[in-house]
Amino acid sequence: MDHKRVTLFAGHYGSGKTNIAVNYALHLASEGKKVCIGDLDIVNPYFRTKDSEAELKRAGVELISPQFANSNVDLPALPAEAYRLVEDKSIFAIMDIGGDDRGAYALGRYAPALLAENNFRMAFVANCYRPLTRTPQEAMEVMEEIQQACGIRFTCIVNNSNLGAETTEETLTQSQGFIQELCRLSGLPLWMTTAQADVAAKMENVFPLQLQKKPFDLPPQKPAGRPLWG
Amino acid sequence: MAERVLMKGNEAIAEAAIRAGCRHYFGYPITPQTEIAAYMAKKMPKIGGVFLQAESEIASINMVYGAAAAGVRVMTSSSSPGISLKTEGLSYIAGSDVPAFVVNVQRGGPGLGGIQPSQSDYFQATKGGGHGDYRMIVLAPASVQEMASLTIKGFNLADKYLMTAMILADGTIGQMMEPISFEDAEIENYEKPWALTGTNCERKHNIVNSLYLQPDQLEIKNFERYERYKLVEQNETMWEEYMMEDAQYCVVAFGIAARVAKNAVVAARAEGIKVGLIRPITLWPFPTAPLAAAADKVDGFISVELNMGQMIEDIRLATQCKKPVGLCNRTGGMIPSPDQVLQSIRNAQKGVY
Repeated sequence: MDHKRVTLFAGHYGSGKTNIAVNYALHLASEGKKVCIGDLDIVNPYFRTKDSEAELKRAGVELISPQFANSNVDLPALPAEAYRLVEDKSIFAIMDIGGDDRGAYALGRYAPALLAENNFRMAFVANCYRPLTRTPQEAMEVMEEIQQACGIRFTCIVNNSNLGAETTEETLTQSQGFIQELCRLSGLPLWMTTAQADVAAKMENVFPLQLQKKPFDLPPQKPAGRPLWG
Repeated sequence: MAERVLMKGNEAIAEAAIRAGCRHYFGYPITPQTEIAAYMAKKMPKIGGVFLQAESEIASINMVYGAAAAGVRVMTSSSSPGISLKTEGLSYIAGSDVPAFVVNVQRGGPGLGGIQPSQSDYFQATKGGGHGDYRMIVLAPASVQEMASLTIKGFNLADKYLMTAMILADGTIGQMMEPISFEDAEIENYEKPWALTGTNCERKHNIVNSLYLQPDQLEIKNFERYERYKLVEQNETMWEEYMMEDAQYCVVAFGIAARVAKNAVVAARAEGIKVGLIRPITLWPFPTAPLAAAADKVDGFISVELNMGQMIEDIRLATQCKKPVGLCNRTGGMIPSPDQVLQSIRNAQKGVY
């Protein structure tokens, strides 16, 4: 896998951007690189990069995140040190962008520096099992909105099609048609396909993901008593 | 197999509402439920529906009141402080006997509180909140699938009993993602001869109103309304029982707390402690019957809640205080861990509640 100095992950809400960004950062660190991950999500105060703080620290990955992340301050503010991501050329920077065009507005501030350096990869993370990106056309719509919001064009696509805990090899196989059509419509190459580690292990050329947050690791919720509609 | 999609709890509510025939959404953004409004804003214009961001919560609930009076399926959604603002409207809707669907994705309180998950609006949802004698059907989903299923159920029940059905969820279920399907959704349609749809000069005009000039007329109306509520209690109470057959201890929890508690029940069983779970799915009507029955069999109850202990009062009433009821709780946006619940179960075994 070749690496650009800056890698950006953007896409639809809940497409898996944060999870992939953290796993990719850990992967780069395991290759001995000096890695810094920036949490630029100004939209979702719930699930975010900071949740993986301890694991990133263990791997020697530096984390830049909003001062108020994971607190009750629902304030969409980015820290000044986020400029290091684009200005410190000695680090491999990973930028986790908030969902949809609303999240991508925050990236616009860094666009001039990224375009001037021109050593970045901007990945559109796609999951065809998400309700508002069920078709390649719908995904294209989201892609276009993000590009307009941040002023940078995507350079590649990441196929992260999954059904959460129900994901199987078949889930991924069935996403092929969607991804091929999305690549054709956008004219962008497929950079990588990702899946949770146990599924990735059974397939070829699939980047394995360790899930970063599983707050409720539970058996499936099938009511065992009185049926719900009884 | 039914088609599966990966959805956030909030998105599941919005999509289910659309499938239930809701074409009118009036709201005002607040974390952690904003995805409902965002989803409606994206989808409604494409399907000929109305998405309107009102100038305030108070305006949005009154738009719901108006649309409901006109006989259409209508909803609003908010989170705790926003629901407080809507309660005046909820009382007027109750007093006018029109069906409405309302979502509360709870966050920590009181006051502005915080944005992290909570269940501290239990009293507000089940005991009234607004003024006057009234009830709302309160549905407590514990998974993303149930966010969808109970939304469709809520629209059906609201139309059937001419009252508000409320989803009482929390920030975690609103935000978390799980695969779901919509296939088993059964949408019921009810005639609405009372609705304000225009007389066309062919019938007597309808009136939707909550003001009564004569006290005896208001009393009659209130008695009638409570007869209807009695039917809801008889026909619509829902709950889940888990490992209760031989249980010596009973954990009671709803929503996200029930998911944590279920893990603890499994862990306690592995230690040989006979414990089960009763999960209320409707918080009003409260599942009094299974709790009363359990009170004759178990040694004690543990109420697991994300608040300072609210449902525990209904458990004591339902069980007529026959057995001790302990509280295992976190608050302010914190969630109890399965270990904390397990410790409470172990304590119960030692007679400590």
